[in-house]
Amino acid sequence: MSGGAVRIGRSLLALLLLPVVLLAFWWVLSADSTSFYMPPLRTVFETFPDTWSTDGLTEHVVPSVQRLAAGYLLALVLGVSLGVAIGSARRLRAFLEPVLEFLRAIPPTVLVPLFMLFAGLGDTMKVLVIVSGAVWPILLNTIEGVRAVDGTLRETCRCYGIGGTARLRHLVIRSASPQIVTGMRQGLSIAIILMVISELFAADNGIGYVLVQSQRGFAIAEMWTAIIVLGLLGIALAMLLRLFEWRTLRWYRGLREAQRGRS
Amino acid sequence: MTTTSQGTTGGRHTRAETLLEVTALRKVYDGRVEAVRDLTFVVGKGEFVCVVGPSGAGKTTLLKCIAGLLPPTSGSVVLEGSPVAGPPPGMAVVFQEYGRSLFPWMTVRQNVELPLKQKKLPGDRRRQLVGEALAAVSLADVPDAYPWQLSGGMQQRVAIARAVAYEPHILLMDEPFAAVDAQTRADLEDLTRSLWHRMGVTTVFVTHDIDEAVYLGQRVLVLSSSPTVVLDDVVVDLPVERDQLTTRSSARFAELRAHVFEQVRRAKQERGR
Repeated sequence: MSGGAVRIGRSLLALLLLPVVLLAFWWVLSADSTSFYMPPLRTVFETFPDTWSTDGLTEHVVPSVQRLAAGYLLALVLGVSLGVAIGSARRLRAFLEPVLEFLRAIPPTVLVPLFMLFAGLGDTMKVLVIVSGAVWPILLNTIEGVRAVDGTLRETCRCYGIGGTARLRHLVIRSASPQIVTGMRQGLSIAIILMVISELFAADNGIGYVLVQSQRGFAIAEMWTAIIVLGLLGIALAMLLRLFEWRTLRWYRGLREAQRGRS
Repeated sequence: MTTTSQGTTGGRHTRAETLLEVTALRKVYDGRVEAVRDLTFVVGKGEFVCVVGPSGAGKTTLLKCIAGLLPPTSGSVVLEGSPVAGPPPGMAVVFQEYGRSLFPWMTVRQNVELPLKQKKLPGDRRRQLVGEALAAVSLADVPDAYPWQLSGGMQQRVAIARAVAYEPHILLMDEPFAAVDAQTRADLEDLTRSLWHRMGVTTVFVTHDIDEAVYLGQRVLVLSSSPTVVLDDVVVDLPVERDQLTTRSSARFAELRAHVFEQVRRAKQERGR
């Protein structure tokens, strides 16, 4: 247990060390800056409380996070359930694979105008944009994970009458979980990018909206604060996912360590 | 451990009622590779039957057909009067690959308990069965460990505990000790033998090791090389109480072993021709 705590502490340090060093560099190098586009970091920090006060948080960060959460969770449910179905059926997989490769190759950003046409300018469009990008890595990794379920474990389940939902819960999803989590990690970064992009188009709130509004209004320091907020949000979510991974894949790490130790 | 010196033949083996009946079993893979040609034999209730044959003799194919994991090309497998079409409910299997037949994301206790949950047994009954099974394989002290934290022999004991807790009518074992070291293997053989003795569960034990087959079984079925037929059905008239040292050094053991060995060698030579 304490070994895990030490590991978390260490990964936290590894996570924070470089950002702190970079911020320090930024602070020092921009201290005497007179450039309009690169204000001193000090100025940016001073602007920070004005833009991101409690009001700013509820008005802009909360809607962004809500869209992100809705889109990401929808992508997760869709990706895992379709992935389990496609991964379990060899014929279906062979049939769908070329189409999936084609759809995956389309950059989700080009779908934004399309989604605006039939989903309007509201949150539905933004959530759809996030889903359309984040679903692919989750789907494709889930398919791979489900395909790779061990034959002996499958037979064990058959022998002991473990079928239906119990088989899904105890065998398929758990066995594919390392790949699913990999897909979740890739999907998360795509989801954050698409959240911002969808908010650059036709939005009246959100972090992306603040970014593009302050840029248009030449409020350069504010624009920088929006970028920093985005970075912080990304870090926070990545850490949340890491915590989830640490908890759910403990068996996988242990198994791999044991295999390495034996061979 | 004591050995009864009289030659009491194979314990309770007195042609009890038939539990498993394999008739003219044939299995051809992909319409071309004939793994099993014609297998016919009967296993009585409570019997311990070992199936031995040269490697590649279709032993695993036979076991999977009995287990209902593979459909036979022709012939039939009848368990307790009803033909086997899929894995039957009263059957437990212990696979060779212990590392791949236990769920690595479950603890020892959860692994043993999961099939019982599927059987819809009430919680206290499940706990009782799991506790007894783990105690029977001397693993009562590690219920919360994960399989990969245990040695190979201990993992296979978990798989055996899972089979035992399931209270099967028939226990199938597919070269279960082929991948563990010699000492562990001897211990697991004695464990299997004593569990069978205590529970009286019908056991079909597949192995390529002739000594192991003679040491464990009441009967040894000798298979030919692929395409497989039954070459011989040897009754092992060794005492019920067996011991790694005294049984294996007895004259009768040597005779039986030589007999089975001769059959297996003949099977190999015929294949070579």
